[in-house]
Amino acid sequence: MTMHVAPPDAALDPDPLLSVAGVSRFYGERIGCADVSFDLWPGEVLGIVGESGSGKSTLLRCLAGIDKPDAGEVLFRSASEPLDIYSVSEQERRRLMRTAWGIVHQNPRDGLRMDVSAGGNVGERLMDNGARHYGQIRETALDWLSRVEISGNRIDDRPRQFSGGMQQRLQIARVLVSEPKLVFMDEPTGGLDVSVQARLLDLLRVLVRDLGLAAIIVTHDLAVARLLTDRLMVMKDGLVVEQGLTDQVLDDPQHAYTQLLTSAVLSV
Amino acid sequence: MTIHQSIPGEDAKPAYNYAYLDEQTKRMIRRALLKAVAVPGYQVPFGSREMPLARGWGTGGIQITAAIIGPDDKLKVIDQGADDTTNAVSIRRFFERTADATTTEATEEATIIQTRHRIPEAPLTTGQIMVYQVPQPEPLRKLEPRELETRKMHAWAEYGLMQVKLYENIARFGEVTTTYDYPVSVNGRYVMAPSPIPKFDNPKMHMSPALQLFGAGREKRIYAVPPHTSVKSLDFDDHPFRIQSWTEPCGLCGAKDSYLDEVVLDDLGNRMFVCSDSHHCETRRDQGHRGPMLGDASTLHLVDEAKS
Repeated sequence: MTMHVAPPDAALDPDPLLSVAGVSRFYGERIGCADVSFDLWPGEVLGIVGESGSGKSTLLRCLAGIDKPDAGEVLFRSASEPLDIYSVSEQERRRLMRTAWGIVHQNPRDGLRMDVSAGGNVGERLMDNGARHYGQIRETALDWLSRVEISGNRIDDRPRQFSGGMQQRLQIARVLVSEPKLVFMDEPTGGLDVSVQARLLDLLRVLVRDLGLAAIIVTHDLAVARLLTDRLMVMKDGLVVEQGLTDQVLDDPQHAYTQLLTSAVLSV
Repeated sequence: MTIHQSIPGEDAKPAYNYAYLDEQTKRMIRRALLKAVAVPGYQVPFGSREMPLARGWGTGGIQITAAIIGPDDKLKVIDQGADDTTNAVSIRRFFERTADATTTEATEEATIIQTRHRIPEAPLTTGQIMVYQVPQPEPLRKLEPRELETRKMHAWAEYGLMQVKLYENIARFGEVTTTYDYPVSVNGRYVMAPSPIPKFDNPKMHMSPALQLFGAGREKRIYAVPPHTSVKSLDFDDHPFRIQSWTEPCGLCGAKDSYLDEVVLDDLGNRMFVCSDSHHCETRRDQGHRGPMLGDASTLHLVDEAKS
């Protein structure tokens, strides 16, 4: 396989795309996630790993503008000035969610319109953003279906006629069609069998590198983290216990919990 | 227990207020109407009242008519284009009784036209008011079930989803198959359900000199299109909006430019097409226009040949 490696223009851009400072979210007495801070640069892929209930998805929802955090701020640099996504109006935030970033849900049913054809699903964001030419929308949809390895003759089929892996690929096409700068993925390979997972990971890796996307990937699968991410954040009980370069964290874990996590991976 | 029953005498007050609704209610509806006219296409909530007919039979339209009608008004009521259908006859009689209104079948004479499913063929004029009965005022409802979400979509003009519906139609059938209640954009801002009129009538709403009021009694919403307001049917650049057309003229009056209903004549597959606007068809017959099936229809006593 040939890898398309984008030039590391990220290094030329010293400003982070996303700056997260002290984000905390509480569910009553319980902690969802507490005091999370990090910066994400354009073109960088950040992994968030941890066991179930460690606050990964809560954090992702806070970052993606779905749930307002109880404390802390999320700064997103869409133009030149960083923008606190929770201080702008909901209208502006929804516009950002449609254009500048995208969310890939764990369950494709949450991210797709199940009774709308594949072409309509991919075209929705284009139409949201004002596209009104049927032929062009369809052409773009076909292009994106081929990029996620869905045959063009399935364009008028509905997602419920697709396999789980195809649904997940369709969801990715639907998000990436508006050329976002930042993509949030919540367990993108969850619920798929291993061979399908491998193909999806290949695809994601190529797309992320080709488009120079910044991505935040929540996963409990360390293999996924190893393959896709540049940096890793390990969460436990809502707190970040370790973060660093992916290889560094996985090969030389410092925190007791990370050590447990890496040693728990089965090697066949 | 004794029941005291009194029979009102000659001088007693009538059992109902003028035009059935009490004055407070009428004022409330008029306030909603003013707001609706001020923000064309925006759905204004109002306190819909119980009316002496079931919701879904035009309670929204009746309440609007009751709020705007006066003794000088001439009321025309049509149902599916016809003046002589049950619903139209009942509503007309209702206002004859409660509002001392003069009623008419002539579109040109009417000052208020309450309608279900049609806009009359005769062009509307300045000073006329169209009152539409609306079953589902929310054009996005079938696409987005949450009210909170649809209100946000309207507030911020996020209408991409409506376009997705049209896209789906074209992808599956090669053209937009929505033929009634075809969504329109009013004044370049709000997307509005034009009530279940055929899309044939959509162009008549554009820049109409008449005031158009929409009442949804069950859903408790009022909205309006003021005179001379742009009403654009949604479409794609490469799939422009088109109205229905027929290959044959009206069987009774020979009209080629009116909206036709298909009438099944027997179980041998014979059918005829007639104007859905009954007054328009009669007027044309009075003027001497004759459709190819007028003779047959009069032998069946479907129309009065002598009158034609």
